[in-house]
Amino acid sequence: MADMIYRVDMSNLTYSIEEVPNEWKGLGGRGLTSTIVAAEVDPECHPLGPNNKMVFAPGLLSGTSASNSGRNSLGAKSPLTGTIKESNVGGTSAGIFAKLGVKALIIEGIPKKDNTFYQLHVTKEKVEFIEVPELVGKDNYFVLDAMLAKYDKKVAVMSIGRPGEMKMVTSNISVKDPKGKLRSHGRGGLGAVMGSKMIKCITVDAESYKEVTIADPEKFKEASKIFTKALQNNPISGEGLPAFGTNVLVNILNESGGLPTRNFREGTFEFAENICGETMAENIKERDGNTTHGCHAGCVIQCSQVYNDKEGKYLTSGFEYETIWALGAHLGIKDLDQIAKIDALMDDLGLDSIETGVTLGLAVDAGILEFGDGEKAYSLLADELANGTPLGRIIGSGTGNLGKLYGLVRVPVVKNQAIPAYEPRAVKGQGITYATTTMGADHTAGYAVATNILNSGGYVDPLRKEGQVELSRNLQIASAAVDSTGMCIFVAFPALDDPTCLPALIDMINARFGIELTGDDVTNLGKNILKTERAFNIKAGFTSADDRLPEFMKYEALPPHNVTWDFTNEEIDAFWDFD
Amino acid sequence: MIITVKLFAQYREGRFKIEQKEYKEGITAQFILDELGISEDHLPLGVLMVNSRHQHPDIVLKDGDILALFPKVGGG
Repeated sequence: MADMIYRVDMSNLTYSIEEVPNEWKGLGGRGLTSTIVAAEVDPECHPLGPNNKMVFAPGLLSGTSASNSGRNSLGAKSPLTGTIKESNVGGTSAGIFAKLGVKALIIEGIPKKDNTFYQLHVTKEKVEFIEVPELVGKDNYFVLDAMLAKYDKKVAVMSIGRPGEMKMVTSNISVKDPKGKLRSHGRGGLGAVMGSKMIKCITVDAESYKEVTIADPEKFKEASKIFTKALQNNPISGEGLPAFGTNVLVNILNESGGLPTRNFREGTFEFAENICGETMAENIKERDGNTTHGCHAGCVIQCSQVYNDKEGKYLTSGFEYETIWALGAHLGIKDLDQIAKIDALMDDLGLDSIETGVTLGLAVDAGILEFGDGEKAYSLLADELANGTPLGRIIGSGTGNLGKLYGLVRVPVVKNQAIPAYEPRAVKGQGITYATTTMGADHTAGYAVATNILNSGGYVDPLRKEGQVELSRNLQIASAAVDSTGMCIFVAFPALDDPTCLPALIDMINARFGIELTGDDVTNLGKNILKTERAFNIKAGFTSADDRLPEFMKYEALPPHNVTWDFTNEEIDAFWDFD
Repeated sequence: MIITVKLFAQYREGRFKIEQKEYKEGITAQFILDELGISEDHLPLGVLMVNSRHQHPDIVLKDGDILALFPKVGGG
């Protein structure tokens, strides 16, 4: 049977299973979520009101045997940024949706009944609405365990914790991974949208699905082999990421002077060695953890890990560079174990670890805590935020809002979303991405760090303006296309340097659907996604004046290179000069 | 002249994290790469920085320089 659109209306607790309109047939992942949000959501709507929609869509290759194809996209209007948003995640949901034949799950409306949270249970034939008073006020692991017990583990689970129930813009949506840990639709406060629709969790039946159909299985197998080999032979995806995780970036950013430190005051952190990937890998080995762990079935990169405490007891997994940076160099915590504890807490509560971590760092400037005070940071989340106290609400309102409340000028946000772990003044291509992406400051939207710092896809000097706009544009177009395939963004590393990688990826899409896409078609797909998203943002009231970095970066020189953000508005706006 | 050499990721295995050493004037970064046995054969050079700026291995080093060597690394 063909893939279908599952549409849920929370205002009447009804659902329909619809055929896929022709114009959506060739789309998946971000391409599909952004197309549906742009077509069906009023750009001027309140993101937490009845007219916003949540759109889940697995990638074009999700559910197949293709390596690293298990990313699921979620689109909506973001309550954090007010822009269109796509946030994708590993875990088990993409594969299970795809195998069940769910092309997209669209959730609209808000229930009429007050204060009743629901579980949605999606099966091949229907969607059930189950009242779950026993889960209200609980956090992600409690919900996950309850759902795994209820369905004998044969479900994908997506859930929100207390911050999502309270509709905080720092809240995310957690997704079960293959080992029963959590991954997140991290950015943009989409947990608040789920909370506004009174959905505590969504479960997807993993028992009655069939395998996805492949139009040309032989061709698929051949292309898939080449693709997997490209991932395994690449030194980054094949060796560096499995050995050290994404946290290997601490030292290279620090050495380059691009590691934002003390709320973007300096580009180097004197305790980088305490929190770096090398130290993390040593701790993992000494404590009987595991340096490799995949966030979804079919991942051959395995950049995640199992991180234990000194006694060998599990602390956290999916322990990422951006989180470690935010709590480390930015907020000043020098003890990796303390950072791990806060990371695990954020997983359980369902908090965007970038937005929340950057907010905590800014809270130092606000006088709420001291630089490096990990105990206080933990308590601000566990005791204040999770319980919705006034101070907790302030932290839970994100970086931009905290800055306004405390009259701060040095507030690192673009379109109200916190800037992640790469200093835009010292990694200028990444600064162009933060400024121009339709998502608000988002590092994955066009990862210019690769070419500015890592020598992937060539080299463009990070401290000079030349070539940065073009670099960011090309990467943003490519990333939008990759985000539509269900592929993990780390396939970009082999794709940038290995000429066999991208053609194999396109061949797999063609073999899956029996079509004849070319490289140009894929580029055009990326361009169309960016234009669709931008058109939504313009209708929502955004202008080129929003494509700007915080002003302080223009007049405060960043050590050690003493660089400022020196692009003119015209230079930034030239980003959009493409057909 | 004194050069500080910093190694990262897999380059630390069986070597060191950071070391200061006396070298004769006029050597290039390549001289130190050869001395450390870093070559195309195994874990080829990813990034070379001198005083926090990307450089080529043929750069001539000066007294007090900090040389940082990384195999190919990535994340995000």
